[in-house]
Amino acid sequence: MKTEVIVGTVLDDSVTVSVDQVCSLCRVQVDWVVELVDQGVVEPVRREGQWHFLGSQLPRLRRALALRRDLGINPAGIALVLELMDELDQLRARMGGV
Amino acid sequence: MKFKDYYQILGVSRDASQDDIKRAYRKLARKYHPDVSKEPDAEERFKEVNEAHEVLSDPEKRAAYDRLGANWRAGEDFTPPPGWEFATGGHGDRDGFTAEEAAHFSDFFDSLFGGLGRRGGMHARGAGGPGAGRDTYARISIDLEDAFHGATRQLSLRVPEIDASGHIVVREKLLNVRIPAGIRPGQQIRLAGQGEPGVRGGPPGDLYLEVDFNPHPLYRLEGRDLYLDVPVAPWEAALGRSVQVPTPTGPVEVAVPANSGAGRKLRLRGKGLPGNPPGDMYVVLQIALPPANTERARELYEMMEREMRFDPRRSMGGKS
Repeated sequence: MKTEVIVGTVLDDSVTVSVDQVCSLCRVQVDWVVELVDQGVVEPVRREGQWHFLGSQLPRLRRALALRRDLGINPAGIALVLELMDELDQLRARMGGV
Repeated sequence: MKFKDYYQILGVSRDASQDDIKRAYRKLARKYHPDVSKEPDAEERFKEVNEAHEVLSDPEKRAAYDRLGANWRAGEDFTPPPGWEFATGGHGDRDGFTAEEAAHFSDFFDSLFGGLGRRGGMHARGAGGPGAGRDTYARISIDLEDAFHGATRQLSLRVPEIDASGHIVVREKLLNVRIPAGIRPGQQIRLAGQGEPGVRGGPPGDLYLEVDFNPHPLYRLEGRDLYLDVPVAPWEAALGRSVQVPTPTGPVEVAVPANSGAGRKLRLRGKGLPGNPPGDMYVVLQIALPPANTERARELYEMMEREMRFDPRRSMGGKS
């Protein structure tokens, strides 16, 4: 049997994702995304009258929404958690290992 | 199929109160949340903890689970007792779980609680006109070398589907995915149409794949730059020598300048992660000390001591 190889699109900054797609992916309501934007966790761009997010922002946004959904952390708490995690990642990278 | 001890998973006794269970669950959910935890098996543990909570926090499911008896051991071969049936009282949404949750639960869970009394998710959207399938999310771990050369990786997904009788069934789906050269850690790949199937002829959702890198024994990554610690002999660092170092695309010769100290970084332009622009690679010098384990080696060290007048702690203001 021939195996099909799927080629996807790498979500770099040449790709944007609409707020509706984000909500579908993360199974959340749009107001959760609005709260994160208000906290400055992610910055949307406006396209065709709707919020879009640059591809490079999507991992951070997904992580933020998962923390809210799974652990019940509020938006200000999420902003702090993500900043501390960034710092931790940098320290870990400096200590060795990918 | 293996028996799962949900009490053991949450670390509570069989007579734990609902509050005890909730507390134990929240603690473990924080510890093993895949977006926070660095435990190697975080994702598996998080799913397990959620599954245990799904059963033990629901009085009906917990009572049914308790009826299996206390003599089962985790990991023991298990089949549901003859005549096993589980149906919820059918009140409220709490009884059901979404198709996405179902995809994360184990075969053990499915054999006990699967197929009945499920609401929400795909099931609820079964009525009415066509609906687009939901987007889904998965992670994949690749090796650093894959980001240089590109690779094809097989991905195994548990996909919920609705069978002819309207029940959610979970089946395994294998996808061969092209990982393009130049991918960076944390980047996502969108696979159009590989998410949940649509209902009543609606289009399927997309699959978002987040790419993680396995730890590498030699290199570490910062952004798109690669770092490699390279040990050199004291005379190589002092006199300046050309040394051979590995890179993900093959070994290269690097000129170590004379009088290099430990920690000196030598940049190999464009040898980091490929891309536009590509990252750089940094060789970080480590001075390796030859052991003084022969008479001759000791003599050489003593000669340096006598003749070099070297005080490595001069900047500390002490006296040697």
